[in-house]
Amino acid sequence: MCTMIAEKVKVDGSAKGASGWFNVAQANVSYDHPFNAPFEHALNIDFVSESQGLGARVAVELSEQAARELVKTILAVLDQAEREKVL
Amino acid sequence: MYQTDMYEGLIAETITTTGANGDSINAYLARPLGKGPFPAMVLAHHMPGWDQWYRETTFKFAHHGYITISPNLYFRSGHGTPEDVAAKVRADGGISDDQAVGDLAGAMKYVRELPSSNGKVGVFGTCSGGRHAYLAACRAPGFNAIVDCWGGRVVMAPDQLNANFPVSPLDYTKDLPCPILGLFGNDDGNPTPDMVNQHEAELKKYGKVYQFHRYDSAGHGFFYYQGAAYRQAQAVDGWQKTFAFLEKYLA
Repeated sequence: MCTMIAEKVKVDGSAKGASGWFNVAQANVSYDHPFNAPFEHALNIDFVSESQGLGARVAVELSEQAARELVKTILAVLDQAEREKVL
Repeated sequence: MYQTDMYEGLIAETITTTGANGDSINAYLARPLGKGPFPAMVLAHHMPGWDQWYRETTFKFAHHGYITISPNLYFRSGHGTPEDVAAKVRADGGISDDQAVGDLAGAMKYVRELPSSNGKVGVFGTCSGGRHAYLAACRAPGFNAIVDCWGGRVVMAPDQLNANFPVSPLDYTKDLPCPILGLFGNDDGNPTPDMVNQHEAELKKYGKVYQFHRYDSAGHGFFYYQGAAYRQAQAVDGWQKTFAFLEKYLA
């Protein structure tokens, strides 16, 4: 370890985990050891709903470059939706 | 050394032990069958949790003749798969140093008091477990040897300190009462080779008994056979050095 670099953000939406869909209440973002991705450190995002137990979690583990591209892509899509007045 | 006509047996099970603040926590215990006396080991699991690798490693130490206990340092964070529990701990920024030291001290007491113990107890940890093992060896009186495998953040900058991590482990070096074996990969980002050098310099400064081994072409977690970090030759050599060191100081 371990960087201990972690932030939590409240979110509103749904995620599909091992037991099906659940309401997502929070996203936990860290740059620390991943469980599966082949990197020493990764940008990890856990979409969770702690009130539904620790198993209510959808995880992604991304390289730094992939995470930055994802952020840019999300913002680009939101910008386009705003331009097309669907937001 | 094992001979093919020797008797061999061990038992491994989940038990309950006493951790920090007198809390009951669970732990995995593996011990050789027989009267002993056997040396003992306490394993401090890594940031990815109280997982399969640590259960297997508990068993591995017992196979080598050590009463071995691996306390669940994430017990208070809830129960689920090891990954789900560890993900919660990661999101929470880790566990406090005081809690980890208390849990490891409780585990030391548990194994030392077993009738088959020879009275000597070592502590082993990898990753954050290496750091926790170092803290426990320095702060919890009674450990007779420590194996620190690529413990990160033993050397901490002032801006990394907070309520959970109030003191850089390096600053406890003067209190280390026992020999230390350190295994590190030269490609590791935490600890970096420079951090390992700082740690070694501090041990030397206080006249501690230490062995540090640095491996080329290895990074963080080179014992972990299940992942891309695994380095076969370095891992084999590291395990050989680990058991030679423990036999010297605990047998």
